[in-house]
Amino acid sequence: MAAVGLARRDSKWLKSKEAGAMGKFFAVILVVITLASAYPIVTHKFVQPEDISTHGHAIDEQLADTMAEGGFAFVGAQLLLAFFVWKFSSRKDGSKVTHLPGGAKLMVATAFILVGTEVLALGVLGQKAWADVYFTSPKPDALQVQAQAGQFAFYFRYPGADGKFAPLHPDKIDEGNQNYFGLDPANDVEARDDIVTAEMTIPVNREIHLLMHAKDVGHSFYVRELRIQQDFVPGLDLSLHFTATKTGKYEIVCTQLCGLGHYNMKAYLNVLPQDEFEKWLKDRAAEQ
Amino acid sequence: MRAKLGYIVGLAALAACAVIVHAGPSGGTVSGKVTYEGTPAKQKPIDMSKEPSCAKQHATPITTETVVTGPGNALDNVVVYVSAGAPDEGAPSQAAKFEQKGCQYIPHVLAFQVNQTLEIANADQTSHNIHPLPKVNREWNKSQPPGSAPIVDKYDKPEFIPVKCNIHPWMHGNFAVLKNSHYAITEGEGGFSLANLPPGKYTITAWHESYGDQSQDVTISGNEPKTVNFVFKAKPY
Repeated sequence: MAAVGLARRDSKWLKSKEAGAMGKFFAVILVVITLASAYPIVTHKFVQPEDISTHGHAIDEQLADTMAEGGFAFVGAQLLLAFFVWKFSSRKDGSKVTHLPGGAKLMVATAFILVGTEVLALGVLGQKAWADVYFTSPKPDALQVQAQAGQFAFYFRYPGADGKFAPLHPDKIDEGNQNYFGLDPANDVEARDDIVTAEMTIPVNREIHLLMHAKDVGHSFYVRELRIQQDFVPGLDLSLHFTATKTGKYEIVCTQLCGLGHYNMKAYLNVLPQDEFEKWLKDRAAEQ
Repeated sequence: MRAKLGYIVGLAALAACAVIVHAGPSGGTVSGKVTYEGTPAKQKPIDMSKEPSCAKQHATPITTETVVTGPGNALDNVVVYVSAGAPDEGAPSQAAKFEQKGCQYIPHVLAFQVNQTLEIANADQTSHNIHPLPKVNREWNKSQPPGSAPIVDKYDKPEFIPVKCNIHPWMHGNFAVLKNSHYAITEGEGGFSLANLPPGKYTITAWHESYGDQSQDVTISGNEPKTVNFVFKAKPY
């Protein structure tokens, strides 16, 4: 091929013809790559895990909308590129270059309007998915669970029989004694019935108000099935609320690189029927 | 010639001393029992579900070991040692061994001497990051993947050192780095015995990771056994 190219180097016509063939070949490859990339998305080859939350459908719809908008833009732009490459690949040398009317300014303005409309549309459509989780308050009867992330494990705290979380004293943290939160039961009566666990267990179909804080560095609370991914930020008390609709055992993973043991930072989420949850909580209370 | 004779007499005297020290139970023995009064803190089960390879090694969950008790109010894991009166000793040749098994430190309290070789092994299928927390010795922490060679180290100053794992927050142990070989760790019945103490005045100290330490003086004049008991005040919280 190279030898052929060298032999015909002096012929401008052949050179132009060869370039045209290359261009058409590129256009075809572009179409093939575009369609092959779109295929698994359009045919839903990548299936999301089952959604077990009341708000998850809005997140899924938002993801689908984003994928559709982004997908149409991607496929459209690639096909348009392939079309132009094909159409103008074999023009003879010396032919006049023509521009779309309006020039570069109009093109840039059009791009801004198109992209802006897309971003705005996603924002407007998505505000419900976002606001449902972040801009609403949990119901007064939501079950409060505190989650603490620390290198490299999650721990959870439930208020005991008194329904109150005792204050935390970081200087009292004593991991060898399972005092991960820094409770002071010797002086705080409220701390004596607080329940600390390594697994998060919640009742099904009841709203959970998750109170989050980090012990050391940034971490993240991610449960695929709950469609929740929220960072822990050191120094900030963050909160979330959600309702799980299906019993089962799910994984909580840290998705914010937090250090050496990050790969190993996980916990389990057990969603139980109300009566089983109450029994579980009673058993844990007896262990404290 | 005179100097040579002096050397010979000196050597003979040293040899005689060596014979005395090594000739079985010479010197006194201090023994006794460590107990507690009051209500000790309840030990909590440890949930290792995030590390399944460790969790499955325990048919019933292990508990914390900050206060381990035996029958008759016996207090275990107490290091009883001669804190004053005995000369400092060179390190013995055998290594003190500390193992990480089932995401637990075995033993929970390891006593060894200054400059004695310390060998830390990982018997688990998971990585550990051992992190002793000394205040006067040099601090370090080291990762130990499964199947790797033991970590070998030593401490050059006497100290009680808490040990933790940077990957598994529940793992907790203690090193007791001591100046001499007169020490014992209570186990089961809370009893201890310190043998071969030549005549002299000694301070016997009992150290517990949660309840601190207590000392008593004892004078040994011959081969007689002496009894020293320690009672720690236990607190529920």
